Amino acid sequence: MVNRKIVGAHYGLKDWLAQRITGVMMAIYAVLMAVALVSGAGSSHESWKEFMSCGLVRFASFLFIVSLCWHAWVGVRDIWMDYIQPAGIKLVMHVLTLSALIGYAGWATQIIWRL
Amino acid sequence: MTTRTLQFKIYRYDPDQDQKPYMQDIEIEVDATDRKLLDVMVKLKAKDDSIAFRRSCREGVCGSDALNINGRNGLACLTDINSFPEGKPIMLRPLPGLPVIRDLIVDMTQFFKQYHSIKPYLINNDPPPERERLQSPEDREELNGLYECILCACCSTSCPSFWWNPDKFVGPAGLLAAYRFIADTRDQATNERLDNLEDPYRLFRCHTIMNCVDVCPKGLNPTKAIGKIKDMMVKRAI
Amino acid sequence: MSVNVTVRKFDAVIVGAGGAGLRAAIQLSEAGLKTAVLTKVFPTRSHTVAAQGGVAASLGNSEEDHWHWHMYDTVKGSDWLGDQDAIEFMCRKANECVIELEHYGMPFDRTDNGRIYQRPFGGHMSNFGEKPVRRSCAAADRTGHAMLHAMYQRNIKVNTQFFIEWMALDLIRDAEGEVLGVIAMEMETGEIHAFHSKATILATGGSGRIYYSSTNAFINTGDGVGMAARAGIPLEDMEFWQFHPTGVAGAGVLITEGVRGEGGILRNAQGERFMERYAPNAKDLASRDVVSRAMVTEINEGRGCGPNKDYVLLDITHLPPETIMKRLPGIHEIAVQFAGVDALKDPIPVVPTCHYQMGGIPTNFKGQVVVPGRRTMNEEVPGLYAAGECACASVHGANRLGTNSLLDLLVFGKSAGETAVDELKKSPKPHKELPAGAFDKTLARLDRLNTQKNGTSVHETRLTMQRTMQKHAGVFRFNDLMKEGVQKILEVQKDVQQTEIKDKSKVFNTARIEALELDNLIEVAVATMVSAEARKESRGAHVRDDAPDTPEHPNGRDDTNWLKHSLWFKEGNRLEYKSVTLRPLTVDTIALKTRAY
Repeated sequence: MVNRKIVGAHYGLKDWLAQRITGVMMAIYAVLMAVALVSGAGSSHESWKEFMSCGLVRFASFLFIVSLCWHAWVGVRDIWMDYIQPAGIKLVMHVLTLSALIGYAGWATQIIWRL
Repeated sequence: MTTRTLQFKIYRYDPDQDQKPYMQDIEIEVDATDRKLLDVMVKLKAKDDSIAFRRSCREGVCGSDALNINGRNGLACLTDINSFPEGKPIMLRPLPGLPVIRDLIVDMTQFFKQYHSIKPYLINNDPPPERERLQSPEDREELNGLYECILCACCSTSCPSFWWNPDKFVGPAGLLAAYRFIADTRDQATNERLDNLEDPYRLFRCHTIMNCVDVCPKGLNPTKAIGKIKDMMVKRAI
Repeated sequence: MSVNVTVRKFDAVIVGAGGAGLRAAIQLSEAGLKTAVLTKVFPTRSHTVAAQGGVAASLGNSEEDHWHWHMYDTVKGSDWLGDQDAIEFMCRKANECVIELEHYGMPFDRTDNGRIYQRPFGGHMSNFGEKPVRRSCAAADRTGHAMLHAMYQRNIKVNTQFFIEWMALDLIRDAEGEVLGVIAMEMETGEIHAFHSKATILATGGSGRIYYSSTNAFINTGDGVGMAARAGIPLEDMEFWQFHPTGVAGAGVLITEGVRGEGGILRNAQGERFMERYAPNAKDLASRDVVSRAMVTEINEGRGCGPNKDYVLLDITHLPPETIMKRLPGIHEIAVQFAGVDALKDPIPVVPTCHYQMGGIPTNFKGQVVVPGRRTMNEEVPGLYAAGECACASVHGANRLGTNSLLDLLVFGKSAGETAVDELKKSPKPHKELPAGAFDKTLARLDRLNTQKNGTSVHETRLTMQRTMQKHAGVFRFNDLMKEGVQKILEVQKDVQQTEIKDKSKVFNTARIEALELDNLIEVAVATMVSAEARKESRGAHVRDDAPDTPEHPNGRDDTNWLKHSLWFKEGNRLEYKSVTLRPLTVDTIALKTRAY
């Protein structure tokens, strides 16, 4: 194959937008948590557990985890794109990152659902 | 006339003579008529004619004499010598991130390649009218802050994203030019221009670090222009 | 230095990628000819980029205007030394060329109805000198920048082949006088190449660096002019140099006449608007030579400003800040940077500064280089064209009108390109054989420079030349000083032949480039000094003490003896003269008249 610099993958916008949206989701979740803590939801283990098991909070937590992983995926992938030039190694790092993040997401969800 | 001495450390490398680059210590007397760094560099060259750098208009419009001055990119002809801290040698290096041809002269091929890649010319396929194409003063105002770019490369060579991917990331100067044509009411190729940039490397390597805004000798804001391109892409996508 | 000269073949070679070169290149590239554009600097670094105020065209976007009025102003501005056929050609072509630029994408400022914005400028009048007219098409005060970028961009679109950072050294001319291309040096490697071509267009710009105080860029070293002189082509009207009234005192950086067009006023130490005395009608917007002389007179008579009373003030503090920031943003920037003045609050110190070379390589209005021959004084040199500041068509005569320089490079850049295309298409022929020893003189010059021992310093010699020119051929000229100047500049010429460089590297050797540039500058300086000394009248920018304003010779102009172009020949350092073309192409001659504003 000729060694030519190729660009034009046409997926930049989607990821950029996703990173912004997931960022906003995480910020909202953080505010939600802060309010909960201030209003005393974390005063005891029981009240905290009760708060976290509420359906709406579970839903929000799940969204947060997905957002976090998605956000991290774009961010970490950007780092590999900047610093790793050989395509093979880059692909391996992408796969490793993706596997780790999917694993983390599953794990975290499991923890929340176990509540 | 009162004179004072300025100390310099200048990056020197002549592939014809030197094994590797080194920093040359050199000092020079300056007087009240020397105002800008370029004035002093011309004096330095009179003292040692082997110091190589580019220069032309000496008034900040041609963009030839961009350098890394005390760690910061700028034009020698617009840098006031009174702005240097006393008692410390002034460090002159070539623009970072581009191959050095010799001394302070860098190979700008990559930079211009990126500029060319955005099709920096008006595209309008209607038959040209007999008179000028009309444009309201308000529409023309959209081009202010865009068309004034002098292609000195201070911005792109201060951009970490450009350092890592100079071959794939268009860089602030090229993206500013891209938006200059997107913003021009006479241009008909907005869609193609957006298509041309919708890529994880070409546009989206910009992480709003804003070094470009910080160093632009013409006070332009490439980051803002890049933001506007992204806004247009979002608008188009949703 | 062992030298291998690589020969490359092209249909056409353009030397220089400023306004004129880029405009010619568009023409040739669009015609599909194999064209090489050689340039010492990246195209957008050419000095056209520094033009500020505008480009003249009688579009009449703000009020009635006509190319004939523009032509009248240009002839009058030239003090009747301009060739009226070329002037008519330029003024008639102006609208077309400016509109073309707009179509290329140039970001002109706009009027409320969306047309190109036009501002008043020095010497631009309606109805044959009656009252000021808005004729200068502008993009803020960055017209040259906007124009040069727009033309470079157009060249990208039409795929022009550039050789960037290549310095042309000499023309290749055979025994029959035909020009067969140029010899050039690739600056990055120091390699010498010959560009063998059927058409060669010189568009190398001016040589303002022969003076100590100049608005010109470092690169304005008259390379094309020097090349032509060495190739035996005479230089026309080299005594006429425009001193721009408003260069920043001390720095030399240009402040556009557009500042006065927008309402700026020149004041002396007493705060007086002194131009009212010198040009009661046009005042601050009189022709440039008139304003410059008035300023120098004020300074010489002790009414200058500052501790040394050596400058006057350009005042715009009475203008609304919005106007300044909208129409003159670059000037505001320059005043802060180079005069340390906030122009909104304080006036800018200015002095007349060398700005433009009216003379140059003699051409006709088609851009063909013409020299005295067996039959006429204007015989075409086959294969050679010139356009822009390096050429002398002659539209500027003894003094150029503001904004006619950008127009000149558009119109004659295009016309030179068109003529070259026509000639090449009319008679398709193979490349003519290069003459034996075509490169010898150039290689000898390079070899001399590389091996010179105990020679002179390029920097010092150049400085001596610049100081000599400044003193002996300045705004006002004196008979005895000019006589002395001729001797002095010939001395400097000897030093130039012995320049020595310490740097012998092959890679981007800027010391060598500066030495080669000095070879060109000195040709221009000698031509200027000798032509100036010989012209025993005052006309336009050439004003001498022994040709004063008398009733017999108003303004010191002597049409009986001196209504003619000077032609300086390098060989023998001699002068010839040729008549001024007073007959335009279609209209009546604009009759000789005393010039007053």
